[in-house]
Amino acid sequence: MTTLQTSVPVRQASVDTPSLWSRLKVNRNFVALWFMLPAGAFLILFLAYPLGLGIWMSFTDERIGRAGIFVGLENYEWLWDDSIFWLSVFNTILYTVVASTIKFAIGLYLALLLNRNLPFKALIRSIVLIPFIVPTVLSAIAFWWIYDAQFSIISWSLMKLGLIEHNIDFLGETNMARGSVIFANIWRGVPFVAITLLAGLQTVSPSLYEAATLDGASNWQRFRYITYPLLTPIIAVVMTFSVLFTFTDFQLIWALTRGGPVNATHLMATLSYQRGIISGRLGEGAAIATAMIPFLLAAIGISWFGMQRRKWQQGSSND
Amino acid sequence: MTDSVLPAKAPAAVRGDDSEGMSYLESLPRRVVTLYIPLGLILIILLFPFYWMVLTSIKPDEQLIDMNTYNPFWVVHPTFKHIEKLLFETQYPHWLWNTMYVAVGATVLSIIASVLAAYAIVRLRFKGADTVGVLIFFAYLVPPSILFIPLASVIQAYGLFDSPLSLILVYPTILIPFSTWLLMGYFKTIPFELEECALIDGASRWQILTRIVVPLAVPGLISAFIFSFTLCWNEFIYALTFLQSTANKTVPVAIVNEFVDGDIYKWGSLMAGALVGSLPLVILYAFFVEHYVSAMTGAVKE
Repeated sequence: MTTLQTSVPVRQASVDTPSLWSRLKVNRNFVALWFMLPAGAFLILFLAYPLGLGIWMSFTDERIGRAGIFVGLENYEWLWDDSIFWLSVFNTILYTVVASTIKFAIGLYLALLLNRNLPFKALIRSIVLIPFIVPTVLSAIAFWWIYDAQFSIISWSLMKLGLIEHNIDFLGETNMARGSVIFANIWRGVPFVAITLLAGLQTVSPSLYEAATLDGASNWQRFRYITYPLLTPIIAVVMTFSVLFTFTDFQLIWALTRGGPVNATHLMATLSYQRGIISGRLGEGAAIATAMIPFLLAAIGISWFGMQRRKWQQGSSND
Repeated sequence: MTDSVLPAKAPAAVRGDDSEGMSYLESLPRRVVTLYIPLGLILIILLFPFYWMVLTSIKPDEQLIDMNTYNPFWVVHPTFKHIEKLLFETQYPHWLWNTMYVAVGATVLSIIASVLAAYAIVRLRFKGADTVGVLIFFAYLVPPSILFIPLASVIQAYGLFDSPLSLILVYPTILIPFSTWLLMGYFKTIPFELEECALIDGASRWQILTRIVVPLAVPGLISAFIFSFTLCWNEFIYALTFLQSTANKTVPVAIVNEFVDGDIYKWGSLMAGALVGSLPLVILYAFFVEHYVSAMTGAVKE
């Protein structure tokens, strides 16, 4: 991205000395600059610049329709004493830890099931992916209807079975609402984890299992000492993605609860939208969003570590 | 990074899905308990919301709220009233069109930019190519949730607020890192010798890209295209923030904001809206399952 500056000397050269121009045409750095230009322009204008701008905005008191002035750490000090902000941090961590752990467990289990000898394997695999294909908001709306306070099909079924007396208020009670959104998130996230881990499992040679079985290894031992070590790098990457997207989740919560009841399901992203866009306090919203960055960096660090380890395991110097 | 990964896939492909492996060691009852029952349960849970969505969207209103006379798990006298109402009495077709327009526009832009970038990174090996590759991977990890506030102010400054064009320009920031990363993997599998031959024959880099590399990378391009299209269709927070007027909204935003009134009869049309909004993607998916899978796993594995 720093190569952008070289365009100035290049133009002079092309005007003054045509022979240099013909040499430049085959210069890989010069050609690459033009090839990188469209992608670089998009990413700098709409990703890198807003990222920096967001951090800057978190130090101002900008509101919608009015430019902000620098106020130092005021937004952060304000948030530090704000119990709703801390509640949203708590919710986000709870949501991420619980949902990611269960997604990983069920996803790995499902991947192991799908990796076995099955009739209609391809068909089953494509069915598993459907929750991932359908737009999150639209499936969240379906969950909203399933969780309806009056006409919930779950309440109805449980009442018919005689397990409960009254309708369950899925999205109306604090912990029930948390559980419900976490369930919806797990439902949506399991296919991704399962299918990517399945792709990893398929690269494990079956002869390793055969050899281990001959040596008398149990199912658990085969999983623990063959599958798990060979799968570790891909687990690291998949879980980084999973944690990252769960941590910054917005749409599922917004479609289901909008942060309610009594802020019990507000995540940092939804709180940031609430404060920044709906209440119009852009500076404060940006501060909440910026507060997510340290967590983000931690996740990226883990991913990086996972990839390094993968390279090292394969013993390849790469190209 | 792919060189060492891709050959490893080959044995798995040769082995195929129908190889018996060690499964003959298992008895049938054991397989039923450890494999079919858990798998069946998971599949039912994964599919139930869709079944419910379809069922609700064709149920007459009185059956929706009367769960005692009618079995809620089935429908008698299905009706297309909800879907009809959706298509002819609301702006739904318009929202569908918006979503399609934004998704196609952003995807095409991103694929063009990604092909160029991926080719440059993988094959031109310019100074700093590796660093740029890593930066693009990091760009993939920057979530929209931390960018939407500053982007709203950037979009405002460019005078694009409330215009679908703003989404066409912003979505590539999600799509380019993903597709570039995916295409880098594909380009690496194309033999270098082909390009060398073309270079000796006097082809320019541009000719090599358009006549050799791109035609050979078509499966990768399809994967990148449909996956990007899906991501666009799915995107919510930017569309919610940047679009204000009802007519300009995309399907996910419109459903959440425009249908939600206090009416207890809203569910039929709401589910019909969710169903119709998902159909294009499900149809696309049905035709390109393998491409989806390779897009999803490819981007993670590189």
